Amino acid sequence: MKQETAIRLILLGLAMSAVGALAVITTFIMKEGLPVIFRHGLGSFLFGTEWQPNAEPARFGVFAMIVGSAAVTGGALVIGVPVGLGSAIFLSEFAPRRVVTFFKPAIELLAGIPSVVFGFMGMLVLLPFIREHIGGRGASVLAGSIILGIMILPTVIAISVDALRAVPRSYREGSFALGATGWQTTWRVTLPAARAGIVAAVILGMGRAIGETMAVIMVTGNSVQIPRSPLDAVRTLTSNIALEMSYADGEHREALFATGVVLFVIIMCLNTLANAIARVGKRD
Amino acid sequence: MLEARNVRLWYGDFNALKGVSMKIQPRSITAIIGPSGCGKSTMLRCFNRMNDLVEGCRVEGEVLFEGRNIYDHYDLTELRKRVGMVFQRPNPFPLSVQENVGYGPRIHGLASGDGLRAAVKKALQATQLWNDVGDRLTAPALSLSAEQQQRLCISRLLAVAPDILLMDEPCSALDPMATQNIEELMLELKRDYTIVIVTHNMQQAARVSDFTGFMLLGELVEFGETQTIFTAPTDKRTEEYITGRYG
Repeated sequence: MKQETAIRLILLGLAMSAVGALAVITTFIMKEGLPVIFRHGLGSFLFGTEWQPNAEPARFGVFAMIVGSAAVTGGALVIGVPVGLGSAIFLSEFAPRRVVTFFKPAIELLAGIPSVVFGFMGMLVLLPFIREHIGGRGASVLAGSIILGIMILPTVIAISVDALRAVPRSYREGSFALGATGWQTTWRVTLPAARAGIVAAVILGMGRAIGETMAVIMVTGNSVQIPRSPLDAVRTLTSNIALEMSYADGEHREALFATGVVLFVIIMCLNTLANAIARVGKRD
Repeated sequence: MLEARNVRLWYGDFNALKGVSMKIQPRSITAIIGPSGCGKSTMLRCFNRMNDLVEGCRVEGEVLFEGRNIYDHYDLTELRKRVGMVFQRPNPFPLSVQENVGYGPRIHGLASGDGLRAAVKKALQATQLWNDVGDRLTAPALSLSAEQQQRLCISRLLAVAPDILLMDEPCSALDPMATQNIEELMLELKRDYTIVIVTHNMQQAARVSDFTGFMLLGELVEFGETQTIFTAPTDKRTEEYITGRYG
């Protein structure tokens, strides 16, 4: 009995360590980041378009970075969601089992490729291609969107496949038994039934895209500017932190933490949204 | 109008049907009875080729529908439109009542707009569901009671104007009262449709069917008029089954 209690306490402690880490990180980011936001004003921090940490007085406006993150994330979804959802539908509804046993591990492997490798491939292959065949300098919103679009595929595919697989077989049988084709069944019955899970997949893919740093730094050019075309260079919130943290001090350093606060809040909202939607889906 | 000729079926290596032949008479109810695993549902699913969905399933022999073998280059969409199926557990789509019943007409391009609404109403009336749900057509189908859901599934089927209704233990998920109601509905539908029902409930077969087939271990042991099967079976195994000696 005593042993049982001891084991339970140990396991509780281990479980707490994950939550504890979250608590420490949250507290630390907020403590470091919030003061500078309030000193300069929330409005001018979020919507200011100038980021000049070394000017006198320093100006910390992250609006261009928010737009940058939104642009590459939106672009990633435009590219990644159709491809990912299409793959998921193929794997779950149409592919013979033999094909699935080849595809699934391959897609999981894609998730295991380090992001620096994606960035490297982007620099070596994608940037020259864009420069020569589409225009601009190469490093751009477009390049970031394509790389991120590929990087979110495993997330979008895996979660969408789970959502589609969770749709009861009886729905499909009912549809087939009425003379529906495979595609009619998928489009009109299976996809609507899996809607909540698919939305959750898209939102989690979005979270992955917003949070990605290394690959984005390598292909987006990192200029602090509001892009006017997909071929313009941008800097994202994550890039901003990673690029400047190594030499920043004082208020500059605090402002980078404040950038982290913005990211943190965005990702929290996305996760909460994904959970809420998944819950609504279960209740239906 | 529907006839199985020496149908043999394998799931992988397992021989589930070992040469079944039976003739389904129009405007009648034919019941297929037998213990669990005897192949009665499998046989039913041969009539609209639902077994095609099972990986590793192989069928030999012929199933003639209006004289044509449905296993020989037959359009599956057309087949399933005319030979519909009701399942063991009511399986309405997670859509509204209206969308469920309108599903078939829409995918086959049979009706739209007012025509579709009229078709939905007619199909719901045919199963006596209209009085219950006519005023809440946009309600989710899954909010209905089990019996109403099964009626809805039958309406969904009638909306594509099939000739034959295959029913795979349509009452096994329902309570006795609902079962009785569905049985009455079947007798009603018999006037316009040909019905084949699989049931593990012998009383049900005796109550509703005109013809009965008894299956055992993938074989059709005996087939004939229901009254004869239940009062004077010729095969000893049939007699043992209907008197409850096994099953």
